[in-house]
Amino acid sequence: MVKSGTLILEVAARLLVPLQLLFSLFLLQRGHDEPGGGFIAGLVAAGGLALFLFAHGRQALRALLKVSPRDLIGLGLLIGVLSTLPAWWWGEPLFTAQWWRIPGIGLEISTPLIFDIGVYLAVIGSVLTAIIALVETDRDDVIR
Amino acid sequence: MQQAVLAGFVMAGLAPLLHRWLGARTAPMMALLPASLVLWLLWQWPLIAAGETLLLAWPWVPALGVSLTFFLDGLAWLFALLICAIGALVLVYSGDYLRDDPDQPRFLVLIVAFMMAMLGLVLADNLVTLFIFWELTSLTSYLLIGFHHEDPAARKAALQSLMVTAGGGLALLAGLVMLAQAGGSWSLAELAGRGEAVQAHALHGPLLVCVLLGAFTKSAQFPFHFWLPNAMAAPTPVSAYLHSATMVKAGIYLLARLHPVLGSSDAWVVTLSLVGALTMALGACLAIRQTHLKILLAYSTVMALGAMTLLLGIGSRAALAAFVVFLVAHALYKGAMFLVAGILDQATGTRDLTGMGGLRHRMPWTALVAGLAALSLAGLPPLLGFIGKEALFAAVLEADRLRGVILPLAFLAALLTLAVAALMVLRPFFGAVRETPRPPREGSPAMLAGPVLLVGLSLWLGLAPHGLEALVTATVQGLGVREAAVHLTLWHGITLPLGLSLASLLLGALVVRHWEGVRVWSARLEPLMALGPEGGYAAVMRGWLRLAEAQTRWLQNGHLRSYLVMTLLVLLGLVGHALFVRHGTLAAPVPSARGHEAVVAALMVAGAVTACLMRSRLAAVAALGAMGFSIALIFVLFSAPDLAITQLLVETLTVVLLALVLFRLPRFAILSTPLQRLRDLGVASLVGGLISLLMLSVLGGEQLPRISAYMIANGLPMGHGHNLVNVILVDFRALDTLGEVIVLGLAATGVFAMLGLRPEDPASRREARAGEGGHG
Repeated sequence: MVKSGTLILEVAARLLVPLQLLFSLFLLQRGHDEPGGGFIAGLVAAGGLALFLFAHGRQALRALLKVSPRDLIGLGLLIGVLSTLPAWWWGEPLFTAQWWRIPGIGLEISTPLIFDIGVYLAVIGSVLTAIIALVETDRDDVIR
Repeated sequence: MQQAVLAGFVMAGLAPLLHRWLGARTAPMMALLPASLVLWLLWQWPLIAAGETLLLAWPWVPALGVSLTFFLDGLAWLFALLICAIGALVLVYSGDYLRDDPDQPRFLVLIVAFMMAMLGLVLADNLVTLFIFWELTSLTSYLLIGFHHEDPAARKAALQSLMVTAGGGLALLAGLVMLAQAGGSWSLAELAGRGEAVQAHALHGPLLVCVLLGAFTKSAQFPFHFWLPNAMAAPTPVSAYLHSATMVKAGIYLLARLHPVLGSSDAWVVTLSLVGALTMALGACLAIRQTHLKILLAYSTVMALGAMTLLLGIGSRAALAAFVVFLVAHALYKGAMFLVAGILDQATGTRDLTGMGGLRHRMPWTALVAGLAALSLAGLPPLLGFIGKEALFAAVLEADRLRGVILPLAFLAALLTLAVAALMVLRPFFGAVRETPRPPREGSPAMLAGPVLLVGLSLWLGLAPHGLEALVTATVQGLGVREAAVHLTLWHGITLPLGLSLASLLLGALVVRHWEGVRVWSARLEPLMALGPEGGYAAVMRGWLRLAEAQTRWLQNGHLRSYLVMTLLVLLGLVGHALFVRHGTLAAPVPSARGHEAVVAALMVAGAVTACLMRSRLAAVAALGAMGFSIALIFVLFSAPDLAITQLLVETLTVVLLALVLFRLPRFAILSTPLQRLRDLGVASLVGGLISLLMLSVLGGEQLPRISAYMIANGLPMGHGHNLVNVILVDFRALDTLGEVIVLGLAATGVFAMLGLRPEDPASRREARAGEGGHG
């Protein structure tokens, strides 16, 4: 049941998935000031990738992601933990937010943003891991 | 200092990489770190000798008063020096001892990690920091005892030591928390001055029991002594380092460190004196029965640990000075003896004392070193061990409490230790030459360097003990005794301690002469040993497993519905208790709703009720979806866009997941009886009602406006963000978010483990394994 083979779904996925992924990045970036954030963005991206999975099959999703979704969980958690450490370097308690403004272009980088990216990746990884595990119980799919 | 310890952990992690580049030279190279720490400590000596303390603070969780603060006074300095110096020697030695072992990198990782944990333990000022390093030493010790993990005996011994020391660690954790409450501080340096307040506190009794349990298990005091001889399954450098010179002294260190706080109470004096004296005598008695070199040494370590506990229990100035001398003397000779045991083991291929003989011709240097170390162990002049033993006797003779009990026990221990020391030398090195499994050869320079250095120090400090006086004085000051100028000499004149030494010498010689007889006689007591503490340990473990099995059958029965009922009932109990018993009456506002809100609420209720009544799963899912979207609508109405978006997305993904699950479920059937359904209805109503009350009481409380006001006021200036929800998630409450994301990841991993790795499904297992490695 994984690869639908439905023309409508495939065409819709071709249009929607890139849009959803872009939208998730947009939500992630603006999350600190407008509705959005890593958790929501991660769910949007996971939804998009799940759509891709149903339209094109598991192998295609693997080719797209390059890494296993389980590794995304680990990577996300690692980024989340690492983002708490810089504060320590400046003698402040762990988890204290640090903000850096890149001069010239006025771009702000902060540990909360890095933390949010970690959340984003971990959410994508978790949702996809669960969905793929459920999909893989389909014996036919394993043989194919 | 903190940097050095952390760098040590990093270096431990890099050991395998270093080993690839440097090969056999890795271990000596890694010894440079502890060696340089020794230099740093020596450089700090003038400060310590002047009675100053060095405090290096590094805040960690300041809101909870937890900090990575290191604290260097005489006591910590002495322990740190022993840890680094013996650690460096052991590292050099193990490079040769494990030369041909393919697992040498793993060994280096563990032993350096242990070294740093131990160093952190003795330098820690904060009780939480101390506890973390304490547990780290237990863990690394577990891994090191089980180093030869193919050997079931090693695994069993490792598990036993972990069960005993980590069990004690749990007690210690409780004890330290109570100590911090009683003393009003997490800092050892501050607690040292609050002894009276702690002892007058209501928690003094329980906290003393817990702390002593932790210290006694770690330092192998009776009745927990049995794990230490079993721990000899570890490679010999580990035995030399962890199980004689350092880790087992962690408990002793803790007792010494807490001596100023807890030391003056009757319970402390009596418990420590009795347990120490018993352990001392028992260790010596059990040692004399052994023929296995390392186990014999292990029991003699038990004896020494008992002696140190006894001295801390007596607690007079003379006893504390004797404690320090004994500690140094023991570290020097016992480290040397274990290293010699390793050389013997490697050179001859056996560890059985009765299987060696006449080795002095083949291994003259080893024999010399072993002889000197044994003289110190026996407590004979002119070595440091003699001064230590004389000081011990003098302190015991002056003891205020229980002198009639501890003096005979100490005397028995001394005479048997003397016999043990004599056997250690006479058996392997003298007498007729015996065939050994391997032709004996002299140990390599790298392996001899350590014991030679340690024995040389024993001899030098024995001949010139005033070199040690300043150190003993500084350490005794760290134990809370001011004005403690200590004088040490080899010759005290004709005194009672000297008489006791002479008597123990004569009786000890008698024991050596009739060793075979003693062993045969004590072998008849073997059946009694099964009743000892080790038998008790086995019984406790059996009972524990049985309990685990019973509770698994009862609680983990595999039925999702009973898990759900159980979880909800526990929630009901805990939250209900907090709400009604601890908070008392509720000041809930009467809820009011406008027309369109009431419609949405009615939709939600309708969705929930429909989901319960439906006989088709798909319809139930749809009904639940209707309820979820109504909740999202509520969020929109109350202008919480983030929550609404999240709710919508979760609903969508839930539908996807349920669609995948539904196809795999068996045909819908009603399996529960009406009575069960009635029970479920009751539980559900109670939980729903309770949560509603909880919400109302939160809304009616005074906390809420204050929290909201704080968040609104600080979101932009402190969190740099306009979206408060996100600022709370990633900044103000980032730790909570991290925890939630970890739970999410674990849940997904659990789904994967249950579905993807089913044992009866080899095809999907292959798939999963292919998924592990890169797939393209």
